Amino acid sequence: MISLAGRDILHSWGKFVFTGVGLGLLIGVTLSMAGIYRGMVDDAQVMLDNTGADLWVVQQDTQGPYAESSSLYDDLYRSLLNMPGVEYAANVTYLIMQVSHGEQDVSAMVVGVATGTPGTPGQPQYLVAGRHITRSHYEAVADISSGFQLGERIRIRRNFYTVVGLSKRTVSYNGDPMVFIPLKDAQEAQFLKDNDALVQQRRRNAENPDFNRPGIPDLLAVVNASQSTNAYVNAVLVKLKPGSLPEDAAEPIRRWMRLQVYTRTQMESILMDKVIDKSARQIALFLVILSIVSAAIVAFIIYTLTLGKIREIAVLKLIGTKNRTIAGMIMQQSLALGVIGFVVGKITATFWVPIFPKYVLLMPLDSVAGFFAVLAICALASLVAIRMALKVDPAEAIGG
Amino acid sequence: MSGKGIHIEGLKKRYGEGDTAVHALRGVDMQVAPGEVVGLIGPSGSGKSTLLKCLGAVIDPTSGRMVLGDEAIFDNDWKVHDLQALRRDKIGFVFQAPYLIPFLDVTDNVALLPMLAGIPNSKARAKALELLTALDIQHRARAMPSQLSGGEQQRVAIARGLVNRPPVILADEPTAPLDSERAMAVIRILNDMARQFETAIIVVTHDEKIIPTFERIYHIRDGVAHEEVGEGRRFE
Repeated sequence: MISLAGRDILHSWGKFVFTGVGLGLLIGVTLSMAGIYRGMVDDAQVMLDNTGADLWVVQQDTQGPYAESSSLYDDLYRSLLNMPGVEYAANVTYLIMQVSHGEQDVSAMVVGVATGTPGTPGQPQYLVAGRHITRSHYEAVADISSGFQLGERIRIRRNFYTVVGLSKRTVSYNGDPMVFIPLKDAQEAQFLKDNDALVQQRRRNAENPDFNRPGIPDLLAVVNASQSTNAYVNAVLVKLKPGSLPEDAAEPIRRWMRLQVYTRTQMESILMDKVIDKSARQIALFLVILSIVSAAIVAFIIYTLTLGKIREIAVLKLIGTKNRTIAGMIMQQSLALGVIGFVVGKITATFWVPIFPKYVLLMPLDSVAGFFAVLAICALASLVAIRMALKVDPAEAIGG
Repeated sequence: MSGKGIHIEGLKKRYGEGDTAVHALRGVDMQVAPGEVVGLIGPSGSGKSTLLKCLGAVIDPTSGRMVLGDEAIFDNDWKVHDLQALRRDKIGFVFQAPYLIPFLDVTDNVALLPMLAGIPNSKARAKALELLTALDIQHRARAMPSQLSGGEQQRVAIARGLVNRPPVILADEPTAPLDSERAMAVIRILNDMARQFETAIIVVTHDEKIIPTFERIYHIRDGVAHEEVGEGRRFE
């Protein structure tokens, strides 16, 4: 059986290819949007993976440390080390801020980590260059996407840090690079007030009769000292002994230490359902709109192409061509347009994804699903043109 | 394919109802024998196109009887069910403009109908080439329609109309866009094909050049066909 659609495409291939390229760019944008969503999910999962933790211990009645702020005393980890099933427990702080290097600022998630033995949760597990933090102050390990160089000096608040190591794919849930610094420095950076604020606070304390009692001369100095230091962290990351079940270890901590504990699964669902949910829905809506726009464009193109063949269709019908042959021709052309568009879209998306500022993950399964979605959209879009073609009166081929 | 040609009895066609009804055909009787070419003439609005559309199974008559070949296709309230198959197998069409499919070459334009009917492509193309040879246009077999002259396109259109060896060919102003020489060539071909394939051919025309070539003419006036004897001049 002769393929009318194939012959028409070969005859006017330029028109089809150019139309397919236009459609392909739109499909490329759609695939990239799906990739942006996948990238967000992957960023969140990678962030959890990089902690190396099995449990996140946070302030009671909070969903910290990523979805809400959480504050714990920094000596709690010692008690946690004595809980059943716990192998390691390490303090961690998270602070999203602008890190200066040279004349530029980089938006980063500054992570305060305990400089412990290998296996301590919180630190990056693998480095691509340099070494881990070994000193208690002024050393940093940065993600390579921050653009920092090994040995470079970067500024966080008022202090300078030397980049001693570079890691890869250590990013926050919103794709910002992570910069790891010693815990003490991070605690200071998180709560450090400027000098003017400190002077103001000391003046207020001195004027407060509760803190400045004539009978207790050292009280004011103690209060001032306590307000200049920070003994809080955002969370304690817990790594369990081999064979321990996360829920079994979490339950006693919740009950006896009156703290909130999240397992990896729970933390992942907090990130997905609460932190990136709105962005994900935004992207999903964008995908739906792009799909509708693609369908409308394909429908319009196929309708226009069919409109240009009304006389030929009337002749075909008059000489006895079956309706399904004519419908098949239009649908095949629509599908062919979709295939050309998908190939162009996939290629362009693959080429332009690396220049996106945030991580875009094009998954093969998404491409397969996208391919079938494009075919379904093209098949649906051709229905308008098919309806018009089937309504063509064969009498149009006869004059009068 | 031989048959009984075309046989029409009391064919009527009315558009609309009541006071606004238009009686386009008011009881047309017509007979065209296999191998015969007759002319159908008449002024605009006389009912020629309506008669052609009824014969082409494109519109239903209001009443009357039509037999194409050896098969009744309309008999008052009854009509053939599969009109597409009827048009494909029993009727060949040649139009005022050739209306060739622009994305198929000459051979495939002619072979299209048998291909769509399920005949293998190679056999359908062989059949088409045979006809193109009969019409002396085989040297243009691989050309696209846009590369042909008007006369060549019309010969390809005739070949397409004949390819399924239908008992009836309906030609609607087939010489209108052609000069005298080419118009006469087309009429000669239609006569040759009618004799060779025993096909009954009706040629609707206004063309004064070709009217004298018909031996019989049906002249339609106000929806009624009057049979006239033509001059039957030999082709020059």
